Amino acid sequence: MVTNTIDVRDVAKKFGDNPVLKQVSLQLPVGQIMGLIGPSGAGKTTLVKAILGMEKIDAGTTTVLGTAMPNRKIMQRIGYMAQSDALYENLTARENIRFFAELMSVPKSQLAAAITHAAQVVNLNDALDRRVSAYSGGMKRRLSLAIALVQDPELLILDEPTVGIDPELRQQIWAELYQLKAQGKSVLVTTHVMDEAEHCDYLMLIREGIALAQGTPQQLEQDYAVPTIEQVFLKAGRLQDESHSDL
Amino acid sequence: MRVIAIFKRVLREMLRDKRTLALMFLAPLFILTLMYFLFNTSSDSIAKIGVSNVDTTVVKAIKNKHVTLHHYSVQATAKDKVREDNLAAFIKQKDGKLTVTYQNSQPGDSALVRQALQGGLTKIKVQALAAATQTQKKALQQQAQVLKTLMAQQQKMAAAQGARGTAGANLAPQSQKAQVQAPTNYQVTSHYLYGSSDSTFFDTFLPILLGFFVFFFVFLISGISLLNERTTGTLTRLLATPIRRGEIITGYLMGYGLFALVQTVITVTFALTVFQIHMIGSVWLILLINFLLALVALSMGIFVSTFANSEFQMMQFIPILVIPQVFFSGLIPVDQMANWLQWIAHIFPLYYGGNALMNVATRGVGFSGIAFELGILVLFAALFTILNVVGMKRYRRV
Repeated sequence: MVTNTIDVRDVAKKFGDNPVLKQVSLQLPVGQIMGLIGPSGAGKTTLVKAILGMEKIDAGTTTVLGTAMPNRKIMQRIGYMAQSDALYENLTARENIRFFAELMSVPKSQLAAAITHAAQVVNLNDALDRRVSAYSGGMKRRLSLAIALVQDPELLILDEPTVGIDPELRQQIWAELYQLKAQGKSVLVTTHVMDEAEHCDYLMLIREGIALAQGTPQQLEQDYAVPTIEQVFLKAGRLQDESHSDL
Repeated sequence: MRVIAIFKRVLREMLRDKRTLALMFLAPLFILTLMYFLFNTSSDSIAKIGVSNVDTTVVKAIKNKHVTLHHYSVQATAKDKVREDNLAAFIKQKDGKLTVTYQNSQPGDSALVRQALQGGLTKIKVQALAAATQTQKKALQQQAQVLKTLMAQQQKMAAAQGARGTAGANLAPQSQKAQVQAPTNYQVTSHYLYGSSDSTFFDTFLPILLGFFVFFFVFLISGISLLNERTTGTLTRLLATPIRRGEIITGYLMGYGLFALVQTVITVTFALTVFQIHMIGSVWLILLINFLLALVALSMGIFVSTFANSEFQMMQFIPILVIPQVFFSGLIPVDQMANWLQWIAHIFPLYYGGNALMNVATRGVGFSGIAFELGILVLFAALFTILNVVGMKRYRRV
């Protein structure tokens, strides 16, 4: 029985001489939503890519759904939304979703229903047959999310999913994430919007490639003796800088 | 299944991009049409020649349909007149000597003048020779006449003196016969092993051009397309699915291969029907060669795009990788090149493609005759495909 959907142990990664990840460990239990928070350049995306097996790591191990990564077949069970929208602008939204659904081996009989459902979640049903080149930034973001959802994956890895999305729709998306959680699915989401962090079951603070703190939002607020996650984040950062200056 | 998805997507994207589509299908036709007229009208060009104080016989002899003659006074100087009236050449006669001044800014025109001049002078020589024989003939006939009368007189004298002088009288008629014999008039009948008498430069090089078009456009379009895939992040996104790296490349090969095939069919049909080009060999073989060339161009374009960060950088590979191939494609005969250049020729795919296309189109060579070239093209395509599949490991380790 797999208890952790994602199990990252002591992962380190350098780009040239510049260390991006230092001894990072992370466990995501089945059916939980985990938030990865940190400023830009903290190493969030690199960690996500390491989990997916798309980035070569220098040390440590990553295991997803009980399988050591990199593993090509496991990809089918992961819904991934990249930080930048990777869409085919010349194609319509429907064609984009269909293309990725085909790559994810969604059976032909379920294709149409899967596309409609995924589009519904992100409220794009009316614009499905428009070309992506005519889409706004927010619409592209939503389409990327729909693509991540289309094969009904067990694990969702979302890299900054709510950038450029209005508050109303953001709420809608979080409602969907909760619903997925209720179905026993796991979610790993990166963000630098702190009020979103409150929605997560678990949080991991990452800064300069170091995992500063891990735990439930309440736990973290208690540990740092502050009322909000934003303040947890600021305080953790300050403490990190102080320990640096001590050295 | 996933290969089909990539294949369908490539097709769909291409069909949406009307301009690129037009470039791929119409640009070759446009260039072919231009070349057709360029190479076929060159024989109609007329060179202007200025003559000053040249004998009328010479002027008459030089005249042909490729030159026009303009007469100038004795004082006219070549330099001035050539410049003023844009003459291809200026011919001046002085003391029985002809001095020709060529403008020589267009070698084609100079060649026409040289041809006319040479032809004219040969004509004059032949005429002079004919005239000389004529006068000789006349002189001989006169001599013969004289001889006859002499002989008649001798015979009379001999009759009077008996049969002494017969030996001398037999000589004259014999020599006369030898002189009158007419010069042999050679009749020339030409047979062409390949093509016909109206085979032009265009006929011969069309097959190579076809191969080049396919190579060039497929190289450029597929390279840029994969580059876009890389820069927009869709390639990374693709590799976050269970697709195999080989499946991506195969899908690309199929998609662009199909377009290359359609492009070849259109250009070949166009050349065969509109320009009535002579194509001796099998059209299917031509299509096969072009398809293989397209695969090489495709895998090469994708490979090269790895080293480019923008479309502009992709264009920078054209003078390095595409233009040199034109020189070794057979447009310039490779076997007349310096040895080391011939060796270089062998590293270019278009050298093999051009060879095979020429052999099939103008010499009617069959499959077995071009099997070697086809094999090399397959090797090129395989090599670059493997490099591409391995190179994609950068994006996903499996």
